Amino acid sequence: MLRTRALSGGVHLDDRKISSGKPVEFAGIPPEIVLFMSQHTGAPAKPVVKAGDHVLAGQVVGEAQSFVSASVHASTSGTVKAVEDRYHPILAKPSTAVVIEPDGKGEIWEGIAPGSDDISTLSPEDIVKIARNAGLVGLGGAAFPTAVKLSPPKDKPIDVYLLNGAECEPYLTCDARLMVEEADEIVFGFRAMMKAVGAPRGIVCIEDNKPEAIMAMERAISGKSGIELCILKTRYPQGGEKQLIQVVLGREVPPPPGLPFDVGVVVSNVGTAYSLAKAIRTGMPLVDRVVTVTGAVGSPSNFRVLLGTPVSFLIEKAGGYTGEPGKVIMGGPMMGISLPRTDVPVLKGTTGIVVMTKDEVNLDKPLPCIRCGRCVDSCPLRLLPVWIAAYSDRGMYEEAEKYRALDCCECGVCAYRCPSRRPLVQSIRLAKQAIMEERRARAQKVSG
Amino acid sequence: MIEAILTLGISGLAFGVLLGVAARKFRVEQDPRISKIIEVLPGANCGGCGFPGCSGLAAAIVGGQAPVNACTVGGNAVAEKVAEIMGVQALAVAAKVAVVYCQGSLDVAEKKAEYVGIEDCRALDQLGGVKGCPYGCLGLGSCVKACKFGAMYMSPQGIPVVIREKCTGCGACVKACPRKIIELVPADKQVHILCRSYDKGPQVRKYCKLGCIACQACVRACPLKAISTDRGTLARIDYSLCDNCEICVSKCPVKTIVSYKVREEKAVS
Repeated sequence: MLRTRALSGGVHLDDRKISSGKPVEFAGIPPEIVLFMSQHTGAPAKPVVKAGDHVLAGQVVGEAQSFVSASVHASTSGTVKAVEDRYHPILAKPSTAVVIEPDGKGEIWEGIAPGSDDISTLSPEDIVKIARNAGLVGLGGAAFPTAVKLSPPKDKPIDVYLLNGAECEPYLTCDARLMVEEADEIVFGFRAMMKAVGAPRGIVCIEDNKPEAIMAMERAISGKSGIELCILKTRYPQGGEKQLIQVVLGREVPPPPGLPFDVGVVVSNVGTAYSLAKAIRTGMPLVDRVVTVTGAVGSPSNFRVLLGTPVSFLIEKAGGYTGEPGKVIMGGPMMGISLPRTDVPVLKGTTGIVVMTKDEVNLDKPLPCIRCGRCVDSCPLRLLPVWIAAYSDRGMYEEAEKYRALDCCECGVCAYRCPSRRPLVQSIRLAKQAIMEERRARAQKVSG
Repeated sequence: MIEAILTLGISGLAFGVLLGVAARKFRVEQDPRISKIIEVLPGANCGGCGFPGCSGLAAAIVGGQAPVNACTVGGNAVAEKVAEIMGVQALAVAAKVAVVYCQGSLDVAEKKAEYVGIEDCRALDQLGGVKGCPYGCLGLGSCVKACKFGAMYMSPQGIPVVIREKCTGCGACVKACPRKIIELVPADKQVHILCRSYDKGPQVRKYCKLGCIACQACVRACPLKAISTDRGTLARIDYSLCDNCEICVSKCPVKTIVSYKVREEKAVS
């Protein structure tokens, strides 16, 4: 057993994993599937189908156009209704999407061929290629293209691969359930990932509030050389890539543009490992994922959801709202995005749908800062949220940049801990946006 | 006592002489035109010209980086004075005013969500807004806050209104709007299609009573062919062709097209 280090900052949250005992079930085929071309970090894919085309499950509908991008595949068979702009829940603006009307048959595309059940027959390049063709992205939330992650720069050798099963967000149980039910598949995918980057050592990291998942993974890794288990004390935001590396290995990832590569580490989510395993074994690209639908719904559940399924459909499946809904969050309650409407689809990076009632939602007006310093104490990146937010509120973005606003990972611990209920992380996010816009404008001026 | 007076007196005298000499010897030659131009500029330091305040613009005009009519706020009067100082012919400034291309006030556009948070349109834009329309006004008034001339106010129904007589065309509101629905338009153009939604007609009807449904009625009605549809879903006027005839205003079935001429005349009567 590995000894872990304490997370700097952070907070212990009431985890409220009310759906942890619910086995993953298939949510069903919805009446409409909306597949955004931009579901990942990087350049959007280019639609390669047009209205009226008949598509089959697993068929490419959007092709990746650059290195940091991911292809999008039809999640079920049906007719393409339109290729048009739809409201994108994360970008919060209209974005190109392929809209499919499912025929309910779920026919699989003839181009899907079963692959290998033996990792030793695959070269690292094969594994990267499978991840790329499967349109695989990190399923922990940030949706970074996995093929890019699996191709670290040659001058940066990777000695440890971390499999992230921390799931530190409250409410969410999709990773925990997956580990309980599909531990062997996850380990198969993890071994493939380790081979792709040439990492001799792999560590499965799980928080101690998931005993069932720990037991299942312990059994699955027994006898597999090079893979260890690391049990973490429950603390938010331990599941963040940089925080996990710090806690498990004691290595500190340099601030942006520093990446885990720089300290010889790659981190992937357990869901990603599972989907990679599936892509290797069956050839099926990323067309579904596990989503936790929880909070104030009739029966909080874990669903296997076809990508592009509307959120409203899932809430209905989970028994509808109980009480008056006050907030519907895509993702976890700490880092998720509050949705203004529920006709938006599940994306590759959607970990959960959390419904809060009116009573649970904080509608208090923020009070003046009392300089208690809790936000500073609890910032896992050791930033000064109070100052960055204060500069942001006054439109002083250059100063906010000097205080390293761009390093902020938006975990939200500062706003959670603030006794004056100040929207600190929201202010910092505004500053980040303004700084990035300014940089882009400057770059344009230079090039133009 | 005497010593103190003497010490202070002598040192004061010595420093005075020193400063006097330094002022002569190390004098920085500044173009006298700069201070003259600063005097004639409005002095609001609004930044509408793109330079850091009025003194920044004055230096830029003298340095040749900006034309003499760069100050939109001062208009023709200031441009003439600056041209006189610079000894060149003044080109007429086309007076521009801001136009808000959205009429989606709360009685017109359906409110789908509540928002509690930072009172800044950019913060709300990151969440997608509270109305059904993903293109229209967010309604928190960042543009009104940005206006340094008191030329904008929020209507009781939550849509910014430009007081056309007060608007100087500095463009501060244009920059403040994250949805980019405010534009500077020549002041003599008074007919506008007040919508920026690229959604298709049926969808627009679902969330806004005054949104453009791209029915093409105005395109067909315009005798000067000044109206065309952008991406096939939004009518736009080419202002260089429009002569304020107002035929399109009467043809528009959803009343997206508005003439400020009518409004002004009504206000007079």
